[in-house]
Amino acid sequence: MKQSRFFRNIALGIENLLLHKLRSFLTMLGVVFGVGSVVAMLSVGEGASKEAMEQIRKLGSNNIILTSVKPVEEEGTSTTRAVMSIYGLTYNDFARLGESYPAVRSLAPVKLLRKESRLGSRAMELRIVGTTYAWFDLVPREIVAGRVLRAEDEERFNPVAVLTEYGARRLLATQSTIGQKIRIGGDTFEVVGIIKSESGQAGNMQIPDQDVDVYIPLRVARRYFGDVYTQYSAGSRIRERVELHQIIAQIDDIEHVESTAGAIERMLERFHRKNDYEISVPLALLRQAEATKRTFNIVLGSIAGISLLVGGIGIMNIMLASVTERTREIGIRRAIGAKRKQIIIQFLIETIVLSTIGGLVGIALGVLTPVLITFFSGMPTVVTPLSILLPMIISIAVGIVFGLYPAANAARVDPIIALRHE
Amino acid sequence: MTTTQNGDIVSLHQARKIYQMGNQQVRALDGVSVSFSRGSFWAIMGPSGSGKSTMMNIIGCLDRLTDGHYALEGQDVGTLDDDDLSERRLRHIGFIFQSFNLIPQLTVQRNIELPLYYLGWEAEESAARALELARRVGLEDRLNHRPTELSGGQMQRVAIARALANDPHLLLADEPTGNLDSATGVQIMQLLEELYDEGKTIIMVTHEPDIAAHARCRLHMKDGRVDRIEES
Repeated sequence: MKQSRFFRNIALGIENLLLHKLRSFLTMLGVVFGVGSVVAMLSVGEGASKEAMEQIRKLGSNNIILTSVKPVEEEGTSTTRAVMSIYGLTYNDFARLGESYPAVRSLAPVKLLRKESRLGSRAMELRIVGTTYAWFDLVPREIVAGRVLRAEDEERFNPVAVLTEYGARRLLATQSTIGQKIRIGGDTFEVVGIIKSESGQAGNMQIPDQDVDVYIPLRVARRYFGDVYTQYSAGSRIRERVELHQIIAQIDDIEHVESTAGAIERMLERFHRKNDYEISVPLALLRQAEATKRTFNIVLGSIAGISLLVGGIGIMNIMLASVTERTREIGIRRAIGAKRKQIIIQFLIETIVLSTIGGLVGIALGVLTPVLITFFSGMPTVVTPLSILLPMIISIAVGIVFGLYPAANAARVDPIIALRHE
Repeated sequence: MTTTQNGDIVSLHQARKIYQMGNQQVRALDGVSVSFSRGSFWAIMGPSGSGKSTMMNIIGCLDRLTDGHYALEGQDVGTLDDDDLSERRLRHIGFIFQSFNLIPQLTVQRNIELPLYYLGWEAEESAARALELARRVGLEDRLNHRPTELSGGQMQRVAIARALANDPHLLLADEPTGNLDSATGVQIMQLLEELYDEGKTIIMVTHEPDIAAHARCRLHMKDGRVDRIEES
C-alpha cells in the first residue's frame, strides 16, 4: 500500500519531467558530466597509483637497494684533468652485508659496464650487468629460453651470458639463440638463457633492468673488464673506479626492513668518507606512494565536488524557474486539498529523479571514458565499486539538497494568489 | 437572517477579515453573521469590492478570519493550522472556478483523479471513480484528452467532475459561467441544479442576475456586510 504509493509518486514525477523533455535533459547534463568526471577521474587516478604501486612492489617490499653515486665534489675535478675518481660500494661492503646482518636473507651485487657486443656483422652497445644467480631470485623475471646464471658459473668463471628478449632479437635475429657465441668487448661469451625484461622507472629508482641488458657472472666481469672505467669526451678523459654499482639485499621479514636499512646506513657511514652511495627502501616508497594517492584522491574529490556543486546549482536554478512557471498548478493542487508537505514531496521527487537518472547516465559515461582512455593511450585505469557507489550517493544527495529550496518555495505559494496567477 | 444552528453546513458569526494595504486598513468582511443550511442553493451577489470573493475564500478554508467565528459542518475552523485547513478542503469542499483551473499538462482523467490522489486512493479505484464522474458530466469519451483540446463548457464539466470526486457536501462555485457563452452557461447551471436536487449544498458567487436566479436564495453584499437576503 505504502510502497505502491511511493512508486506512484515517482511515476508521476517522471511523467511530469517527460512533459518537458528538453528542459529535463538539459537540467540533467550538469549532474551527468559531474558524476561522469568523478567516475572517470577516480578510475584514472586509481589506475595510475595502482601501476606505481605495482612497480614498487616489483622491486620487492622486502628489499633494500644500495646504489653507488658519484659524489658531487668529484664531478668538477675529474673532467678537467685525468684524475681517477674512486667511489661507490665496494666488494668489502658486499661481504660485510652478507656477514653481519642476520636479517639479510639474500644479497645480489650488480656491476654495470657498457661494451660493444657483436655477433657476426651485427653490433650494438649493450649494458653489461655483472651479477650472481641471487639477482634472479631478488628481481624475478620470466625465463623465455634456456636458464639464468648459476652458482657454478661464478665458481668456474664460466663465460656465459643471459640476454633479454629484446637484446636477443636485435643481436641474434632469427637464428637459434641458446648456445650462440657473442663477443662482448674482446671476449667471447656463450648465450645460455633469455629472460623477459621489465624495464622502466619505479619511483625515482632505477632497477638494473633495461632492454639492452646482458647478464654475466660478476667474477667473470671483474676478471675480464676490471673495475676501472675510462670515458673519452670532448678531449678529456674521465677515469673512474667503481667496484659495485648496486647491491640488492632481501630482508627475511617486512618488519625488519626499516631497522636493517638504518643499521646498514650507519655501517656504510663508518666505512665511506664520501657520500658516494644511496639507500632506497621500496617499502618506504610504497608508503610514500600511498600517501601521494591519498592526496591525489583528495584533490580529485574536491574537483569532482565542485563539478557536482555546479550540477546541483543547475538543477536548483531550473527547478526554481519551474516552480514560478507552475505557480498556478501549485495553487490548484493546494486549493483541492494538497498539504504543503505533499507539494514539497512532489517537487523533491522530481529533482531526485533528475539527479538520479543524471547520476546513472554519468556513471555509464564515467565507466566508458576510462575504457576509451586505456584503449587509445594505454594508460591503466581501474573502476572500483567505490568509484561508482560514491558518485551515485552524492548525485542523489545533490537532488535532495538542491531540490529542497525550490520545493520549499513551491510550498510557500498562497493558493488564493496562485489561482489569480496567469 | 437564518440563524438556525442545527443542520447548518456553513455558519459565520461576526466574521471579520481585515487586510493591511500599506497604511490603510481594508475591511473585506466587516462583521458578517450568516448561516447556510445543508442542501441549500445560494447565490452571493454584490458589486466588486463588496467582499464576496473574500467570503468564498473564508468559506472554502483558503483563508482565515481576522476576527469572529466560522463553523464548517458544525466544527469551528478558525483555529486550525494550514495542514488541517487543507484536510477540510480535501474532504468537505468541492471547488468550481470561473477559469476552470484544470492542470493543462494532465489528461481529463488525471485532473478528475487529483483529489483522490491526495486522499490516498489506489490507481484502479481512482480510474473507476474518474470514469463514473466523467459519465455523470457526459465526458466519458474525453478521458484521455488534455484540457486544451476541450471547449469551455467541457472544461467546466471536467472541473465539476473533479469537484465531485471526493463526494463533498459543499460545492463552492466562483462565477462558474463567467467564461462561458450564455447557452453553455445555462447547461452548466442545469448541471448544478441537478446536483442541488441530489442534495448537495451549493454556494455560488455571481454578479449576473439571471444566473443568480437559478439559486434558491440570494445574498447581497455591500462594503463587507450583508445587505439583504432574498429567498425564492
